[in-house]
Amino acid sequence: MTTMVLSGNEACVEGALRSGVRFFAGYPITPSSEIAEEMARRLPALGGKFIQMEDELASMAAVVGASLAGLKAMTATSGPGFSLMQENIGMAVMLEAPCVVVNVQRAGPSTGWATWPAQGDVMAARWGTHGDHPAIVLTPWSVKESFELTVRAVNLAERLRTPVILLSDAIIGRLREKVDLPPSVPVVDRPRPAMAPDHYRPYAGGPDGVPPMADFGTGYRWYATTTTHNERGYPVGVDAAAAEGLLKRLHSKIHDHQDEVVLTEGRWLEDSEVVVVAYGSVARSALAAVKQARSRGLKAGLLRLVTLWPFPSQLISQVAQRIRGLLVAEMNMGQMVEKVREASCGASEVWSVARFNGQYLMPEQILDKLEEVRRAWR
Amino acid sequence: MALMRNRDMVERYFRRGALPTTWCPGCGLGTATGAMVRAIDQLGLDADKVVIVTGIGCSGQVYTLLNFDGFHGTHGRALAAATGIKFANPELTVIAPMGDGDCAAIGGNHFIQAARRNMDITAIIMANQAYGMTGGQYSPLTPMGSFTSTSPYGHIEPPFDMCALAIAAGATYVARGTVYHTQELVRLIARGIAHRGFSVIEVLAPCPVQFGRRNAMATPVDMFRQLQRATVSVREAELHPEAIGGRAVRGVLREVEGPEFTAEYEALIRRAKGDTHG
Ligand code: SF4
Repeated sequence: MTTMVLSGNEACVEGALRSGVRFFAGYPITPSSEIAEEMARRLPALGGKFIQMEDELASMAAVVGASLAGLKAMTATSGPGFSLMQENIGMAVMLEAPCVVVNVQRAGPSTGWATWPAQGDVMAARWGTHGDHPAIVLTPWSVKESFELTVRAVNLAERLRTPVILLSDAIIGRLREKVDLPPSVPVVDRPRPAMAPDHYRPYAGGPDGVPPMADFGTGYRWYATTTTHNERGYPVGVDAAAAEGLLKRLHSKIHDHQDEVVLTEGRWLEDSEVVVVAYGSVARSALAAVKQARSRGLKAGLLRLVTLWPFPSQLISQVAQRIRGLLVAEMNMGQMVEKVREASCGASEVWSVARFNGQYLMPEQILDKLEEVRRAWR
Repeated sequence: MALMRNRDMVERYFRRGALPTTWCPGCGLGTATGAMVRAIDQLGLDADKVVIVTGIGCSGQVYTLLNFDGFHGTHGRALAAATGIKFANPELTVIAPMGDGDCAAIGGNHFIQAARRNMDITAIIMANQAYGMTGGQYSPLTPMGSFTSTSPYGHIEPPFDMCALAIAAGATYVARGTVYHTQELVRLIARGIAHRGFSVIEVLAPCPVQFGRRNAMATPVDMFRQLQRATVSVREAELHPEAIGGRAVRGVLREVEGPEFTAEYEALIRRAKGDTHG
């Protein structure tokens, strides 16, 4: 165990390098640039590759290319760059190219407020790229978790051959905390083909839906194509069944592994009338608020979403059935509250406390809202 | 050197069942693809180590014909993806055939940055002066005054000279050929692939169906005649510069040594590791 004082952005680099990331392509943008700078400094000594591309479209395309050539690949950005990356995040989904995209969120829309935090990209992370596609989105609430979730993101990307998005924010990215780093981390490598090239079908899912992936240049001579393709990687033409099969497999390979993907943390869930649902940096305020509320005799709990997507609908619905109200705390105009409302399906009341002026959502504001809920219930 | 016969080429380098192509009769893309494959053959490259990176459009179909690792991604991003592939594994020979819409319009910035960066990638611009697949709209290479589906009153923008652009941006090998001058084209492409650095070969390849028929060149023969008339070899151009008269110059237009990106990066890795002997 080594103890270090790191920022969230630095912890993210540490986690990436330890889980085997050896390729980084990116474009400078506040507040994520430290990730690129650290990568530029540290990758070469590990034999890894760093490149600053001409924009985020190119960065994401280069990441996908490097992934196909066999390296664990990553990029990092913030809002405006995240918008540009969406095109080739879709490409990574379709090619099933493992990779990690870190979005250190800042206040938007558009250029917005570059140095101020927000959680405005939670829906963009889910639906930013066009078409029906699955998404895995993880969101850390501390420096330590920035490290842990980056490791997890890299491993999930490799395990399931999919892009994974790590949704940090300007607070977590630049927060410095003491972290105990383990001597080693679990490292997962993408499945590679065991069969001879003649028998290789690059998009045949196998029992768990994840096709083995041959590195380019190893004699398998396969096509990685964003065109809707069959198991061989050829365009489907008029074969509707093959097109449908591809889409279903792209989704089921994620959803069949929900237990590996969906992470949440609950506090006092068994003993609550009202549960605050929060994620990322705001969950820190939420925990403080819940503790204070309990000391005032209000039966409050915390449900922290670590995985935002796939959304833990089932858990929300179970919790909703036991309690009287859910309070969703977030730094946007209320994006996840709608998902929570949908999952609770009328079983409990759903309240919202939202802040979207570039200021941190403070414990007092959540506590005030909890008191408002209590008054309403009198 | 005699060119490999079609049958041998198809047997050795084409995916079984790939033919016939989906391209229109008289399209220049087949000849351009054949020239690329013959160039690969002449160089005796290990086919396992060749990666074909394409964009979107009629030229984006090239990968589906061939028995190499193939990449077919988003429109305009072929060179950005190729950069990731080549940088991740410099042992690979990365060749990116692209259309002119792909390379010069939506991918224009990637093109000039790739030329400046000088990574050892071969860009083949299959220039048909229009967007074929989407119905013959004008591209950055469409000549002024010509008619396309989005310039029904005549095109009012001047075109790019892609070779001049590549030279200005720093590409270390730049050549222009046509699908009419096939022997020469194979040589130009082979020399580009063998060149260590970013290579650009602009291949004038007619699109009779979407471009020619709107511009008084309804048959492939008309279009091939045009390639013959509208180009001049580099040697002739040097001997009689006064006679070029607006024709496009064919041949090697630039060939220089320059610091190649992946080699520079290998040296950087050695420095970062503190290996002073490296
Ligand atoms: S539209 Fe033009 S470029 Fe496309 S296949 Fe037909 S002739 Fe060739």
